[in-house]
Amino acid sequence: MSVSPAIVLDGLQFRWPGQSALCLDIPRLEIAAGEAVFLHGPSGSGKSTLLGILGGVAVPQAGRVNVLGNELTAMSSRARDRLRAAHIGFLFQQFNLLPWLSAIDNVLLPCTFSVERKARASRRHSLRDEAERLLTQLDLTMSHWLKPAAELSVGQQQRVAAARALIGRPELVIADEPTSALDAERQQIFIDLLLREVGQRSSVGDVALHGEISALRSARTALVFVSHDQRLASHFDRTIDLRTINLAVQADAATEPA
Amino acid sequence: MSPIPLLRLAARSAWARRLTLGVTLVAIMLSTALLLCVERVRADARQSFTQSVSGVDLVVGARTGSVQLMLYAVFHAGAATNNVDWKSFEILSAHPAVEWALPLSLGDSHRGFAVLGTTPAYFERFSYGEHQSLKFRSGESFAKVFDAVVGSEVAAKLGYKVGDAITLSHGMGSANLLEHGDKPFQVVGILEVTGTPVDRTIHVGLEAITALHLDWVAGAPVKGLSIPQDFVSKFDLKPKEITAALIGLKRRSDVFRMQRFVNEFRGEPLLAVMPGVALDELWQTIGLVERTLFAVSVLVIIVGLAGLVATMLASLNERRRELAILRALGAGPGDIFIMLAAEGLLVTTLGAVLGAAMLAIVSTIFAPWLLEHLGVLLTPRLLSLSELYLFGGVIITGMLASLVPGWRAWRMSLADGLTPRT
Ligand SMILES: Nc1ncnc2c1ncn2[C@@H]1O[C@H](COP(=O)(O)OP(=O)(O)O)[C@@H](O)[C@H]1O
Ligand SMILES: [Mg+2]
Repeated sequence: MSVSPAIVLDGLQFRWPGQSALCLDIPRLEIAAGEAVFLHGPSGSGKSTLLGILGGVAVPQAGRVNVLGNELTAMSSRARDRLRAAHIGFLFQQFNLLPWLSAIDNVLLPCTFSVERKARASRRHSLRDEAERLLTQLDLTMSHWLKPAAELSVGQQQRVAAARALIGRPELVIADEPTSALDAERQQIFIDLLLREVGQRSSVGDVALHGEISALRSARTALVFVSHDQRLASHFDRTIDLRTINLAVQADAATEPA
Repeated sequence: MSPIPLLRLAARSAWARRLTLGVTLVAIMLSTALLLCVERVRADARQSFTQSVSGVDLVVGARTGSVQLMLYAVFHAGAATNNVDWKSFEILSAHPAVEWALPLSLGDSHRGFAVLGTTPAYFERFSYGEHQSLKFRSGESFAKVFDAVVGSEVAAKLGYKVGDAITLSHGMGSANLLEHGDKPFQVVGILEVTGTPVDRTIHVGLEAITALHLDWVAGAPVKGLSIPQDFVSKFDLKPKEITAALIGLKRRSDVFRMQRFVNEFRGEPLLAVMPGVALDELWQTIGLVERTLFAVSVLVIIVGLAGLVATMLASLNERRRELAILRALGAGPGDIFIMLAAEGLLVTTLGAVLGAAMLAIVSTIFAPWLLEHLGVLLTPRLLSLSELYLFGGVIITGMLASLVPGWRAWRMSLADGLTPRT
């Protein structure tokens, strides 16, 4: 297993096309492999923009972006797409799912986009068993598996989306305000589920069951969890305020809606 | 990513929007069927028109326009301004280059159908299409003076069978014609369908035409003079003049020499035309309708494809989220482009195939009805070569049209990244 950090940013500068001011200006950020980070900042402060850069979808004008040991700025866009498909799980605020696919088919989607991801997902169980296992872990009972995603509640949809982000054990999960569509009570439950699944908490028993205690450390998935709501920060390894690391002045940051 | 799962996803996404796409599909299906149908009717009409006669080397008549000569000699439409002297016909028939010559005498009609006076040799010599000769569905050629052989359409429309008696009218058209009521004919033969003017013609012997007009002068019966039917054989029934003649040559290479001979004929001013060339020319002049029809059906196709592009562009806004999800899962902008273009191509191809199938089915089921009621010949078949070209043209145009939503989606997914700002 790679011991390189999950994320290293160096002198990153990003400006949206057609805008004069920099959106992001981050001299340095490092997130260790397996680390769970809570990133917060007001709406419009550039959180989603940063996640897009980490996913290799947006390209900074200056600086170095290293994700899981890969220099994104030196890679072709196709190679970045492949890296994203194979090693990164994404989770958004809402409407994460393709409404015309069943819950389980949504979970299996990343495996159709990446052979590598598929191979890892089916290492211990059949692909379908693995998807069902994840859905069960995320408290989705069998009756929901075959339902079209559009028929699930928002909370259920977010848990299906989490299962999809986690299938094939990606080294990095990026979550962009995945709880803001949930009510306060469910937010914490969802975060606990997510943290457990990325291998940070209380999953020891599960891993021990499979006799892989030594794999505990390397099985961890790094998590970058974004929210504008600081109150959710408690169970993470580290909390980062984007405003403290981003030197770009966000003139309209406080007034911009999420 | 590899294209197969991508296309499967595209298909499932399209299926989720099957109602809107279905409507577009039906539009493309109908417009393809219309285009192919117009092409088929056009090609068939042209074919049956330009092959109304075959195996005839020259059509000869009194000097007039070649179009006019073809119209009355072949289509029995309009009237000849002058006739051909029987002696001229005999001279032409005896010309060493001529293998056979058929006299044609027109001018009478029966309930709107033309009556053609000719010789029994007509049924052996006359051919149409790819050298198909006339066949009797029932009965046989005329033997007696007042025998008649009717074309298939005449028999079908008027319900004639062998043995029926009919009376002819003097002149063409339908209103206030004088009847040859005193000299009825007997139907002795009915011809098979040819798809040519033969179907709408009543054939009688040349002598019958003379016999009908024995007691007529200047287009009207002579008062007080009536020659009973049984006595006509006592008269010399050899015609004095005919309307036109069809000529077959021993060698085709003599056709220009013979044409010049006729056109420079000493006895009277005559005109000889080569039917193939003249029919082609005639088709060109009446082909404007055909070209207009074709242009309209091409426009209909363009409207159908424009509808597809409009539908897909409209749906793109609702699908922004869907495309961003696919991007997050590892799809590149190129993959998004392929998905959209494939959807457009799928709808066009499916629409075009269904359109062609629809035409094949409709032409099989309705061909006899169309021929009988509208006189439209619609051949039941899958696709002819020229139709295949049009079919390919529809699909290629659809492919090009699909690039538009593909390109839009590509641009959109580049600008949106993972978080579309809607
Ligand atoms: N696709 C885009 N094109 C242009 N500008 C954008 C785009 N997405 C975001 N921005 C701008 O970048 C800034 C940061 O936005 P964003 O990263 O979405 O903030 P946050 O996620 O923290 O709310 C905002 O000023 C926004 O207007
Ligand atoms: Mg955001």
